[in-house]
Amino acid sequence: MTKTVWQICRMAFTPGHRLKTGLWALAALIAGTVGIAATVMNVASAGDREFPVTADVSGRLVIQSTTDYVIFSPVIDAFQERWPDVLITYNELTTNELNDAMEHACDQGRFLGDLVISSSIDQQLKLVNDGCAQSPGARVGANLPDWAKWRDQLFGLTYEPAVTVYNKAFFANRKPPQNRFDLIDLLRESDTFRAKVGSYDIETSGVGYLFAFQDAIQASTWGRLVESLGRNEAQLFCCTGQILERVADGRLLLGYNVLGSYALSRIGRDDRVGLVLPSDYTLIMSRAAFISRDAEEPALARAFIDFMLSPPGRAILSRDAGLLSPIGGPDRLAQLVGTVKGADPQELRPIALTPALMVGLDQAKRNIFLQQWRAALPPRQLSRHP
Amino acid sequence: MKPVLVPPSTNPRQSVAVRLGMAMAVILAVVLLGTIFAANKYGQDAADETFDRLLRGAALQIAERILVTDGHANVDLPVSAFELLSLARTDRIFYRIIGPDGKTLTGYGDLPLPRDDKGRADQTYNTRYKGADVRAYLLRRQLAERFVSGDVKVIVAQTTTERVALARSITTQAVLTIAAAGIVLLLLVVVMMRIALRPLARVERTILDRDVNDLSPIDIAAPAEVAVLLAAINRFMRRLDRRIEAMQNFVADAAHQIRTPITALRAQLQLALEEDDPVVLARLHKRLHERTVGLGRLADQLLSHALIAHRADMAVSQELDLRRIALEAEREMRAVSDEFIQVDLPDEPVAIKGDPISLREAVKNLLNNALKHGEMPVSLVVTPVQNGHACLLVCDAGAGITPEISSKIGERFASNGIGPDSAGLGLSIVSSVASSHGAVLVRRATDDGFEIGLEFPVATL
Repeated sequence: MTKTVWQICRMAFTPGHRLKTGLWALAALIAGTVGIAATVMNVASAGDREFPVTADVSGRLVIQSTTDYVIFSPVIDAFQERWPDVLITYNELTTNELNDAMEHACDQGRFLGDLVISSSIDQQLKLVNDGCAQSPGARVGANLPDWAKWRDQLFGLTYEPAVTVYNKAFFANRKPPQNRFDLIDLLRESDTFRAKVGSYDIETSGVGYLFAFQDAIQASTWGRLVESLGRNEAQLFCCTGQILERVADGRLLLGYNVLGSYALSRIGRDDRVGLVLPSDYTLIMSRAAFISRDAEEPALARAFIDFMLSPPGRAILSRDAGLLSPIGGPDRLAQLVGTVKGADPQELRPIALTPALMVGLDQAKRNIFLQQWRAALPPRQLSRHP
Repeated sequence: MKPVLVPPSTNPRQSVAVRLGMAMAVILAVVLLGTIFAANKYGQDAADETFDRLLRGAALQIAERILVTDGHANVDLPVSAFELLSLARTDRIFYRIIGPDGKTLTGYGDLPLPRDDKGRADQTYNTRYKGADVRAYLLRRQLAERFVSGDVKVIVAQTTTERVALARSITTQAVLTIAAAGIVLLLLVVVMMRIALRPLARVERTILDRDVNDLSPIDIAAPAEVAVLLAAINRFMRRLDRRIEAMQNFVADAAHQIRTPITALRAQLQLALEEDDPVVLARLHKRLHERTVGLGRLADQLLSHALIAHRADMAVSQELDLRRIALEAEREMRAVSDEFIQVDLPDEPVAIKGDPISLREAVKNLLNNALKHGEMPVSLVVTPVQNGHACLLVCDAGAGITPEISSKIGERFASNGIGPDSAGLGLSIVSSVASSHGAVLVRRATDDGFEIGLEFPVATL
């Protein structure tokens, strides 16, 4: 909280900075101390990071994001190399926090950030659908494939497969499941995998829910898979990191629908973990960004998107961040998991940025879907790892 | 020597091509405007129909997934419905499903309902939502379950970007097509005009290629429109031809007529110069005088005839009173003659159409003849109008003209011309005046002598 106060005071009294925003933030801070807007402010304070500049500040770009700061910082550093006078505030939130805050700000026509980046692409799409975004011009994202953009407002920046990870030691003498049929068969075989399979808790994880929902749409295997997971008392986690950690040390043998970007950087430095792109189909998610309708620096936000889609930006995403890019993503992915069977681009199914994503967000639909999920995987205190 | 051709002054506004072109341009502009309106309407309707089908399809798919669980209406949104709506690539989608109790089951709770709810029917309507124009479709599905009954309303809405773009594209296409067709049409008109006006150029060439003295009618194949022009040219040329012919005749006649008496005159003058005998000289003087007077009259009559011939073609016919002609002719006669002429006129005016000068000449000639060849008393009579005709007659007590002369009336210089009192030209003049006025030359012997004159058709009032 102290840090927040300091930040807001700095914001308000920095010469040349938008006084209005600063004052508003001050007012909100006062309200927040009284306890009315406390939630939002606490959220905002949770992951705020400033990327200061040495030169005179000509602009300040506020990025609201769900991506780990550690993963994203190379991109920001590279951007600042090109725009040395741009101060960047990077605010890291969970998907739901970001969505709620953005929805709220959008309703009130209030500034929250210039650029909004989230892995919860369904929520992003709904925000754009509800008119919270602005169009940076038709030229931006011209080189993106059709599935990775919508309305010239929402742009897919990354290329992240949903993968299966396995403990290499356990699968030393046997082949890890190459597709969902293998996985289902494997889980039916014996009790070996009881409580040894991990996946997202789709009730708390936006990405997990997104992958699960897409699985349900893509193939009939979903029902059987959920049933198998339930029978084997699959462990549910909020985040990829926890699954990877447990697969590495053997507490888990398999992780299903793990976010590939994290897995890829993990297998690069940890040889205890193996990775499979399911050969029946591999879902691809592309972190989506849009420029807020109420952005204060839309031109900078646009420049940032342009940079991320430019060859140097893409190179940093692929190399340092392991996030890949929708442009040339399949080739780079094949390169990274070269030996792994299933990299055939035909089996890669990118989740298109279309309004169809909104179905999963529909409250009634979500209830029905979660009911089916809970029926197979009843909430168990022990297996839940928040 | 070739005549110097002066190009006729041209006015662009008089050009047939320019006129036709402008008319076509105006018509095209009107057609184009009409097309824009029609195409706009059509484009909008077509786009609306296309995209309304998407909305309707999506609504139907959603309605199919309305279910009742645990006594509550519920809906399991089908992804396909949204994929259908996503076919409009850039349009935002809103939906709202309202349960039988009027509460929103799911979707955008504040999505507006149609302002004029039509009760049971499904309907399409326009509204605004989230700062954009949206087109919405409201579909009702009636539930009749054990615990739930009533209407579930499914509202599916879409922003109008794509349909506006489609409508505009259809309109643009149509307008561009029509505009292109119009331009092609204009070019065709220019070409057609060239072809259509070619006969005129042919006429022009034919006329230019003609012999300088050739005034015969132009006889070339021409379309009806040009034929009219050609006929007018031919009429004009005929008139010109007649005029030139008349002039040539006059010159020939005059030369012929005057040369003979002048030769005679010169011969007698020669005689007179050589004669010393006073008695013979006196007789010669007398004859010379007579010849000179005769020559003067001949010249007079030749000029008069030329005048009449000229006026027959040129003079503008005008309304006049025959009585006035008679009076004026008599007055002019009185100026040159001592003989008494009785004038007998009706009380009512006798209105005819004609040229007063040539008529006066004709009357004067008749009077002259009567005075010279007839017997006194001579009278000038204008008869009252009878059966649409009126006569102007010159009467005398003589025997009238001989059948021999009568038969030669109309020929030029009926008399031998050498005689000192040449009269043939006089009747010739009368005859041509009669024909140019549509009158008939009448002559008959009467109880009191002979009468000759003109019978005119009377202008009916």
